[in-house]
This record gives sequence, C-alpha cells and structure tokens, in this order.
Amino acid sequence: MLARISRRLAGLLATLLAASFVIFAAVYAAPGDPAVFLAGGRDKLSPEKLELVRAQYHLDEPLVVQYGRWLGDCVQLDLGRSFKYSDQVADLLAARFPTTLTLVAYATVLFVVLGVGAGVLAAVRRGTWIDSTVVGGTTLAASVPSFVSAIALVAVFGVQLGWFPVTGSGEGFAGTVHHLTLPALSLALGALALISRVTRQSMVDAGAADHVEVARASGIREREIVVRHVLRNALGPIVTMCGLVMAGMLAGTVVVETAFGISGIGSLLVGAINTHDFPVAQAVLLLMVTGYIVVTTLVDLVHPLLDPRVKEASA
Amino acid sequence: MLLDIENLTLELPGTARPVLNGVSLRVAGGEVVGLVGESGSGKSTTARAALRTLPDRTVASGSVRVDGTDVLALTGDALRRHRARTVAMVHQDPRSALNPVRRIGDFLVERLTGTGLDKKAARTRAVELLDTVGLSDPERRFRQHPHELSGGMLQRVVIAGALAAEPRLLLADEATSALDVTTQAEILALLRTLRADRSLGLLFITHDLQLAAAYCDRVYVMYAGRVVEEQPAGGLFDRPRHPYTKGLLACSPTLGEGRRKILPIPGRPPSLADAFGGCEFADRCPDAEPECSTWRPEPVPLDGEGAATCRRLPALPGAGTERRNDR
Amino acid sequence: MSAPTLDRVGPKTGKDRRPAGVMIADGTLVVVVLAALLAPLLAPYAPDAIDLSASLVGTGPEHLLGTDSSGQDLLSRVLYGARTSLVAPILLLAIAAVLGVTLGTLAAWRGGWVDTVVSRLTDVMYAFPGLLFTVLIIAVFGAGMTTSVLALGLAYTPTVAKYTRSVALSERRKPYIDAYGVQGMGGARICARYLVPNLGRSIIGYLVVLFGEALMSLATLSYLGFGAQPPSSDWGLMVQEGQAAVVQGALLPALVPGFAIALVVVSFNVVGVWAADRLGSRR
Repeated sequence: MLARISRRLAGLLATLLAASFVIFAAVYAAPGDPAVFLAGGRDKLSPEKLELVRAQYHLDEPLVVQYGRWLGDCVQLDLGRSFKYSDQVADLLAARFPTTLTLVAYATVLFVVLGVGAGVLAAVRRGTWIDSTVVGGTTLAASVPSFVSAIALVAVFGVQLGWFPVTGSGEGFAGTVHHLTLPALSLALGALALISRVTRQSMVDAGAADHVEVARASGIREREIVVRHVLRNALGPIVTMCGLVMAGMLAGTVVVETAFGISGIGSLLVGAINTHDFPVAQAVLLLMVTGYIVVTTLVDLVHPLLDPRVKEASA
Repeated sequence: MLLDIENLTLELPGTARPVLNGVSLRVAGGEVVGLVGESGSGKSTTARAALRTLPDRTVASGSVRVDGTDVLALTGDALRRHRARTVAMVHQDPRSALNPVRRIGDFLVERLTGTGLDKKAARTRAVELLDTVGLSDPERRFRQHPHELSGGMLQRVVIAGALAAEPRLLLADEATSALDVTTQAEILALLRTLRADRSLGLLFITHDLQLAAAYCDRVYVMYAGRVVEEQPAGGLFDRPRHPYTKGLLACSPTLGEGRRKILPIPGRPPSLADAFGGCEFADRCPDAEPECSTWRPEPVPLDGEGAATCRRLPALPGAGTERRNDR
Repeated sequence: MSAPTLDRVGPKTGKDRRPAGVMIADGTLVVVVLAALLAPLLAPYAPDAIDLSASLVGTGPEHLLGTDSSGQDLLSRVLYGARTSLVAPILLLAIAAVLGVTLGTLAAWRGGWVDTVVSRLTDVMYAFPGLLFTVLIIAVFGAGMTTSVLALGLAYTPTVAKYTRSVALSERRKPYIDAYGVQGMGGARICARYLVPNLGRSIIGYLVVLFGEALMSLATLSYLGFGAQPPSSDWGLMVQEGQAAVVQGALLPALVPGFAIALVVVSFNVVGVWAADRLGSRR
C-alpha cells in the first residue's frame, strides 16, 4: 500500500513539474521579447516597468534557474503581479477561487445525483422505454456545448420564466445557490451522459453476480438488493468516473463563468487572455492543472479502498 | 406434506424438450430426501421451483405446494415473504453466494431483519447463529469479510443465513460438492443435526448417488428433466430398478468392492437441444428395445415402495446384475 | 494476409440496415453539408449585410429566422457559418491525424525509448484538462481562427497517437508484416505502404467519432473570443454576439446558431458511434 502511494505521489510530482514547466516556458515560445510579452505588450510600457518584469521573472538568468525561482515563488504563493489590474495575482485568485469552487461543488452534486440516479434507473429498468429515454436523453445533453446549454437555460428559466437570476454569483448561501443553479446545471449537463452510462454498465455487471440472485431467492427486498448488493458493488468505476469528471470541471468553468458573467477564476482566465495579461493566465492555468492532477491522483488512491479484498491484501 | 410437487412441467422457449417433464416429488417435515442426477437433469430447477426463482418466460404446468401454499401462484410481497420465511436454499459455492464487499454480519443481519427482527436483536441473533453452525469466535466472524474465511467456514455462514429465516424447508443444492472431504462430512453432520433439532424438511441435491443413498431417507433419481426412479435409500442402493440408476451405481468406484468393473454409461448426457420421441434414456440404455423409443414414459409402481419410469420393469431383474448383495 | 478494406461497409442487406436514428442523422448531415455548399444560392441576404433599421426582427417572411442586433439576417449567417463550422474541424482533425498517426505508428513500431518519450509527452498534455492546453497556446500566440485550428490540432494529437499506437501494436503482430520483413523490406516502407493503410479504416472511424467533439471545441473557442473573429459568421461567434440580446427577450440570435451546433454534433455523434462500431474502432 505504502509503496503504491509513494509511487503515485512520485508520478504526481513528475507530472506537475512537467506541466508547470510547459506553462512557464510558454513565455519563450511567444514571438518577441519575453519581458515585453509578460508586461502585456508594448503600449504604455515604461523602462521601469520592463525592469520590474525582468526582476520578477529573473529573465537575465539561465532558463532552468528562472524556472526554479518561479516555481519557488509559486509554492510560496507569490504568483507575480498583474500588470492590468496592478495587483498581486495571488490576491486576485484568492478573491475569485471560492466562487469557482462553489460552482464546481454545486455542479458535482448535481451530476452525481442526476447522473448516478439516471444510470441506476436505466440499469434497474434495463430494456424498457425508461432505459432508452435515459440513454437517449443524456447522449443528447452531451452533444450540446455548455455555452449553448447555458444560454438556453438563461432564455427559458431566467428570461421567460424569471425563476433564476441571469448573471452574477449572489450573496449568502441561499443567494449563492439561487444564482449558481443555472451555471451549475449547464456545467453538469455534459457530464450526465458519461456518468449515467458508466453507472448503468457497472450496475449491470454487478447485478449479474451470483450473490445477487441468491439474495433475491432469500426474499430480500428488491430496493435493498439494488442499493446494498448491486450499487454498492458497482461503486468502484462510478466513484472513479465521478472523480475524474469533477477534476475536469475546473476547466469547464472557463466557459460557464463567461456565459453567466460570474467572476471566478475561469472568467479571470478568459479576461486575462483577451487583455494580454499573461502572468494572470499563467497563474490560473497552473492552479487548474494542479487541481486536476491532484484530484485525479486522489481518485486513483481512494478507489481500492472501496473493495475490502484489495484494501486488506495491501494493508 | 411440506413440499409437494405434483406433475410439474416447465417449458422454456427455444428449447427442444421441457426442462422439467412431469416431475412429482414430496418432502415431509423432518425427512431428508435426496435428488440425484447429472448436470442438466433438472434437479436444481426442481429446487428452484420451490422458491419460484425460475427464468422469465418459463411456462409451467402442474403444481408446487409448500406447506399447502401454491408457490407458482405467488407474486410480489407474498412471494418475497415465502422466500424469506418458509424455504431457504444452500448453494454449491458459498464464495459466490456471499457479497464479497460486505461483512459476514451484514449478510446475516440482512436475512434476519427480513424476517421482521429489529437491528439490535438481529445482531445478537446473528452471533448466536454463527455459534449454532459451529463457527469458533462468532463475534469476530461477524466482523470479517468472506475472503478471510475458508470454504467450509463460509458454507457454515451460508447455512446460518439459511437458518436465519427459521425455514420449514431447506434446499441444499450441491451444498457440499465444492468442499474437501473432511469439511464435507462436517457440513453433512451439521445439516442432519439441524434437521433433527428443528424438524426441517431437507431436500438434498447431489450428483453423487452413493452419497445420497447413504445420507438420505428417500432418493429421487432424475434424467433429462424426468424423475426416473424413486425409492427409500436402502432399497435404491440394494435393488436399483431403473437401468439409469443401475448405470450410475456401476460407474462409480466404491471402497471394499473387490475387483468390480467400473462401467461408464455409454453416450453423453442429453442437453436441452435434444428432443425425444419416447423414453429419454433409450439410446444409452443397455436393456432398451426398439419400442422404448416410442413409449411414453410414466412411473411404474415398485413392489415395495417407490416407482421407476421404465417400460421394461417387469422383465428386468430386481437387483443390479453385477452387484454383490451383502451390503 | 487479407487487408481490411473500406468498401465492406457499403452494402445494406437485412441486419446491416441502419437504425432509424442513424438514418435521420445521416439525412441531417447531408442537408447541412448541402446548405454549406449552396449557401450563396440559398441565403436570401449577404451574411454581413447590416440593416440597423431591422435590428432584432423576429421570424417572418422578410427574415425567416429573424435578425440579430445589427439587423443581419440569421438564416443567411447560419448558412454561411456552416462553412467555417464544418471545414475548420476537418482541418484540425487532419493536422491531428497526420501528427498522431506518425507518432503513434513510430511508438508502436520502434517501441523502447521512442515509445516512452511519446507516452510521456502524451501524459504531460493529458495533465491539461479540457481545452486548457489549447487555451495556453492561444494565450501565447494570440486569438484567431488559424491559431485555434493549429492549437486544437496539436491538442488532439495525443488522443489520435494513443489510439493509433494501440491498433498498430495489434496489427503489427499479424504474420503478413513479418512476411514483408523477411523479404527484406525496411520498417519505414512496411509502415507507410501496408501497416498504416490497413489501419486507415479504423482510424477514420475514430476521427468521425472525434468530429463532433472537435466542432464543439472550436465553437467554444470562438464563443470565448479566441477563435473566429468578426465579421465571420462562425456559429460559436454568433452565439456570443447574440447573447446580449437574450436578456432583452430576443432569443433567436443566440439560439439559432446554438441549435445548429447541437444538431450537427448530435448527428455526428449518432453516426460516429454507429460507424465506429461497424469499423471496429470504438474507444
């Protein structure tokens, strides 16, 4: 178990280093002087400002040293300065990250409940019209890009029915839930097909086991069989898939936050790119990639704990 | 009569012959009844009929009564209660009968709460049951997972689960076949004790005719979905009447029998794709006559007790010709 | 040594008949492709003809699908938009196919350190969830359709490479490959002449499955302002431009192109999954 964990953690570290190097070194791929690029272009660029950028990024030193110092700064949460907002990038992120996390958490609750629920329903009613409706409906939902579903949701529930606000992220718990319902829904919709399909297949596989038939023959209630024998045993692939989708959702906020005008780190990234504010874009990308890699590794580590056979064999 | 199966015929779409063909079988309270046959002979299906766990689209005629209740007519909640309370089954492979990710205790508590006990009482009772079936340290077993126990211990757990329902009828479907010999003997002894203590009816399904004859009070022999012979165990062993029963006895070696020749039954066991115009056993039968292939099989009563489904019964000698009579 | 060929897909006898959903999707795609080709003939207006007096007009005989806030005819724009929206994904998949098939075949054929390097590169790119790798490239090189297509082509390369590697590995084990080797043919020639062409069928099936996703990705980039730039009538960009009007109650400018995207993606997914099943190239 310990060997497995340390191997996974080493892999995590290696991937993080490689990905962060790509994010850092991207500056050098940009045409022209990296300092000018980092400062956001030539217009209104004073020599002092340029000096500041050079110092912040240690641009006079060899690439590897620059990267090492930058990484060291990042680990200490010194993410550089935004030259557009003239603010510490770390402060910008700290102010906006909670909103994004709330949105991802809300969307996760939605896609887990709806996706797993639909998958269970389809598996239990396999071969009926309910099954085909779930499969067809979720496939359809997966074919609609999130920005289109966002606008359709706004059009119907925001503008026509007026049930939900159209933009912003709201105040307080109730306000936040109210404001984030449509964004979370449009973020979750695309994941439903994947989750429900994995749930359905995993349930069908687990339901074919002998002990399920034995339980049925001993007069256990069907609902308990579904929950305790089929779903419980099908949990491995479902949890893994939910974890992976949730990890990827951080990237999905880029689109949804833009569509709903929510000021989280996703819309910050889009704004940063459109205003050539590369330090901010770099920091957001680093944060999102780190979050993604960490969560996927965690999922990988948690997965075996669901099966007592594996857990105790490796303990 | 505890279990009373009367002229049961089961047909599945897509098969050439019925899975069960006019099966009649009885088990009284406190009685151990053996049901013997090769795989595919329909013995497990007969047991499953008592629980009504038959494949979808099965067409059934005849009747299955447990304690007077018409099982084939049960549906919904009544059927669930029947399975939870009246009849319990012990399967061949205990490892696949238990959910691998749940604890032994969960398995028993689930069965017990199904009979109407509350959680706390069920827990106490579960530990008692583990003790009853002869498992050491029942408190610890309660918390263990199936993969931590041996096959013999697991079969005891499964039997404990079957007893949880306090059933009237226990169906043991090859319950000892997957166990090694010493464990097998222990489980057999346990089942006998439980039957005596609780005056259970026990339907003991096995492919081992020797074992059935030694262990049971009465034995049914099945072939191709039909009961071909039924006799008290001793009689069956000494005076098998149906050629198939004789064949079964002749093809298994026994200790202390000297140089008796082992004679395999020629041909292969029939599958569901084989259709028959007359006696199913005719083409493998050493005593068959051409008329056998058109004869509509029906049980012929024997002089003492029981019956055999053989056209040539009056003409055949009462004992296996190559068997000694000094058992 | 029988090499699989594409023409086995053709005949529609008995059980091979397409299910109704696939037929509808096929029909939809044919209509969309025709619309894109015949846009100049079909479109009632020029796609960029601004008529501020007809801003946000609803459906009617003048404008079948209404107009946007600049008074541009939505039907005309959607028809012309089909061109960029369909051609750009083909281009990016072509880029990904050339790079991915080369890398994947190389990794499968050479094995050893080449394989290791390719799979490590793949791992690093997979560390960027969703569109983030593409977004990084756009952040460096600036927004625009060309950058977007190139960046997405690069982003799809590891996916194609990984798939190619797996099918190439199993194809490589077939005896006919050995036979050419014994005849003294070089590895590069065997790959180019026999191995890759024989994989063509399943790789194409795989690309068809990816098409819907590629179209969605490109539309998303355009929506974010990273892809097509005005006055293009790319569907993603049209949704972005139409979004402001939604709050005023004019839904058509955003929903018409949005519906067009969804329709094409659904059709491609239905056809793609069916084709991939038939071509034996399901992921």
